Amino acid sequence: MTQVTSGVGHHVDASTLLLEAAHVTMRFGGLTAVNDVSLNVHAGEIFGLIGPNGAGKTTFFNCLTGLYKPTSGEVRFAGAVLPPQPRLVVRAGMARTFQNIRLFHNMTALENVMVGMYSRTKTNAIDAVFRLPRHRREEKESTERARELLDFVGLTGAADMLSRNLPYGDQRRLEIARALATDPKLLLLDEPTAGMNPQETRQAEELIFKIRDLGLAVLVIEHDMRFIFNLCDRVACLVRGAVLVEGVGAVVQNDPRVIEAYIGAPAEELPAPQVGQPGANPGEGIADA
Amino acid sequence: MRVIISDQTKVQYRYPARAVGILGAVMVIVSIFLPWSYGQGALDDVGFTGAPSPLQMFVVILPVLVLVLLAIPLVGKQRLGKVAKVVAWNTSAKTASIATLVTVTIALAAIAIELKGLANVEIGGWLALIGAALAALATPFLPDSPEPTLERVKSPKWAQIVGIAVMMAAVLFAAAFALNQTDAGAFLTYLAFLVGVVLVLRQFGVMGWIGIAGANNNRVLVMSAFIVAFAFPFTQDGSDANMSIASQVLIFAAAALGLNIVVGLVGLLDLGYIAFLGAGAFTAAVLSESAFSTIDFHPPFIVTVLIAGAVSSLLGLLIGAPTLRVSGDYLAIVTLAFGEIFRITMNNLDGNDGPNVTNGSNGISGIPELNFFGFDFGEVHTILGVEIGRFANYYWLMLVVIALIIVVFMNLNYSRIGRGWVAIREDELAAEAMGVNTFALKLLAFAGGAFLAGVAGAVKAHHDVSVTPDQYVFLESAFLLAAVVLGGMGTVVGVLIGATILKLLPEKLRFFSDYRLLLFGLLMVIMMQFRPEGIIADERRQLEFHAEDEELAEEIEEELITHHAHLNPERKGFEL
Ligand SMILES: Nc1ncnc2c1ncn2[C@@H]1O[C@H](COP(=O)(O)OP(=O)(O)OP(=O)(O)O)[C@@H](O)[C@H]1O
Ligand SMILES: [Mg+2]
Repeated sequence: MTQVTSGVGHHVDASTLLLEAAHVTMRFGGLTAVNDVSLNVHAGEIFGLIGPNGAGKTTFFNCLTGLYKPTSGEVRFAGAVLPPQPRLVVRAGMARTFQNIRLFHNMTALENVMVGMYSRTKTNAIDAVFRLPRHRREEKESTERARELLDFVGLTGAADMLSRNLPYGDQRRLEIARALATDPKLLLLDEPTAGMNPQETRQAEELIFKIRDLGLAVLVIEHDMRFIFNLCDRVACLVRGAVLVEGVGAVVQNDPRVIEAYIGAPAEELPAPQVGQPGANPGEGIADA
Repeated sequence: MRVIISDQTKVQYRYPARAVGILGAVMVIVSIFLPWSYGQGALDDVGFTGAPSPLQMFVVILPVLVLVLLAIPLVGKQRLGKVAKVVAWNTSAKTASIATLVTVTIALAAIAIELKGLANVEIGGWLALIGAALAALATPFLPDSPEPTLERVKSPKWAQIVGIAVMMAAVLFAAAFALNQTDAGAFLTYLAFLVGVVLVLRQFGVMGWIGIAGANNNRVLVMSAFIVAFAFPFTQDGSDANMSIASQVLIFAAAALGLNIVVGLVGLLDLGYIAFLGAGAFTAAVLSESAFSTIDFHPPFIVTVLIAGAVSSLLGLLIGAPTLRVSGDYLAIVTLAFGEIFRITMNNLDGNDGPNVTNGSNGISGIPELNFFGFDFGEVHTILGVEIGRFANYYWLMLVVIALIIVVFMNLNYSRIGRGWVAIREDELAAEAMGVNTFALKLLAFAGGAFLAGVAGAVKAHHDVSVTPDQYVFLESAFLLAAVVLGGMGTVVGVLIGATILKLLPEKLRFFSDYRLLLFGLLMVIMMQFRPEGIIADERRQLEFHAEDEELAEEIEEELITHHAHLNPERKGFEL
């Protein structure tokens, strides 16, 4: 609990640049969903991304993780330019969760996590068909590691449950475990507390601190302001695709433009609100899941 | 099928409902000692007094189940002890009585059709119908039992093994009896009976328990399944007709298992899969020592099989590489076209329109029998005093092939590769975003599935003696797909069952052959409506028994009992 209130000052090595997004722009036809966004995330830091609905936060994530190829701009990770292919991004060390939970529903929690290890394991079809020692060793190691990860996110008893049968909050945590299984250096979380009750939100907060304490950097999208300012070393506010403000939590929090973007601006100036505002309607996400 | 009757009504009428149900069951039981038909020759002669036919002996098991399920709870909870709480008496009695009614109805319909007119149904038949109807009408008025929790009861290992053995023996016996039914009416009646018994056992909780027992003693289960399958030819007493069907079922099942990787595990819709079976068959035919073979290279069969598999998987790669990048629907269209292209190409490789490889529509006939180390597959061998004919030989060969395919399938399924496949099926984008190389895995599934089909095709060529292009039409692809979907995508047992049903039914019901497609269409619609996951659902869970499960079971039990407390206000017996 004491962790939760601590904010800045936990950098593992703040000087190492992990993620450098430079002038990333994403257009869908006439709509510019992400407009010239530049962001840097350092190793071991928790970086928050806020912004009203439809601001382009998820789209930005998709650009980072290779699901979209940015119209222009460049994403570098640990010094190298990221290829716009999700699985290569994962290999490079960046893993994500989804705003609308995307687990493998008919697989057990354990198997979900083990899928995350795909890019870090080597068993090929021949090994598996003949159950060669390599396969068996790797299988044993993966199972153990997956169980550890489930323990880590607090899903100890759920290993053999089908993920679709898990409660909503647990599904979110399972997604985090699955992402951690890819052995990332940077974890991208898209609204990890959407649809959670206050208690679950607390737990999620603690979990994210625990992840940071492992030495991982976290880039997190959130609508819950209290959550974001408790958690993040730095925060950027995205409005209509562009970075409005960036800085330490308190500064961004009190910036009048941020407040205006959220509540003050005339409606027609903001992008049309989307369906599925997890922050506004906690029940919605459950319907998604 | 669910009749909506309020809980209050059920509690109110539970005693009369039970009484009427028991009366109905007794009527059906009595009826088998009375003649069901006037003339002889319907079903397997059900016209005798006091001497039930074998079919009737089977059918009567259903009303006996109704009787037992309704009567035993009257003894009371205390005397029955803990076991009585973990099975579902009332709901399984409902299922049993409905199954009785369906079975009896089919039997009477068969009598009426075969002897031309309902007038041929005699007193016993009517008594059975009335009894069954009474039971089926009365039992819905019983309160529903909670879901059975028998599977959560810890049972000793020997009991589990005995359970598996009994089930396997029953399967062998049931299958042998089914194949020996030559009369369509009798076969259908028997089928209804079988389905009924399986449903009742499932409802009662036995199937769940067997499932756990099987999972705990996986080797025993698999071994005994193979022993039973291996023993099957001995029950047929040299009947080539039945063994021919059985070996065809196995060839079909082998191909379906290959398709199951593509469709069931990876979720790719392949509508041209039969082409891979055909490619294997043609390869084997061309490489065989048939007089019509067009190539002067005749390797031993073991090599031929590998070449056939390789040719098929090469085709799989060729068709997969450009199409697997695009999503779902396109693949279906491309594979559909590919299946047709394959057939037409085989037709055209006749020396006129192209090089002569396949002799065009005449195909390659006179493919010699296989011969392994002097064991000629075409000859009749007498083993243990039973004549083992040509088809039984191929049946055994296919059994070995299927065993290998199952090993491959299972080993892949529970590996990094299989998890990747299922992840693609569940959510391709998320799989890719978790680092899974989706394209490579899809291609692997395509090539691997094709390889298995090619192997099956190679055996099929020798089994069928001749290979012609028109055996490999789209309809066959559709049936393979239906077998996978009907049985349960992604499962081995389900697909084996699905393949058996789809291959066996048309053989046994030649009678319906004109309506075959209509019936399958209906069957599929019904399945999709009531059980879209197929006969066996693909639940990727580990069914091992954990220590804490027992506590959980007790908890669930308590919860269920409290939840249903309003249904049994005075709790003298239970769930009455
Ligand atoms: N694939 C797409 N094609 C066209 N428009 C898109 C696409 N994806 C996103 N958009 C649009 O881009 C804008 C930004 O959407 P995005 O989902 O990134 O917002 P967000 O900030 O994540 O919002 P929320 O808080 O609701 O999750 C929206 O107007 C959306 O409609
Ligand atoms: Mg979003």
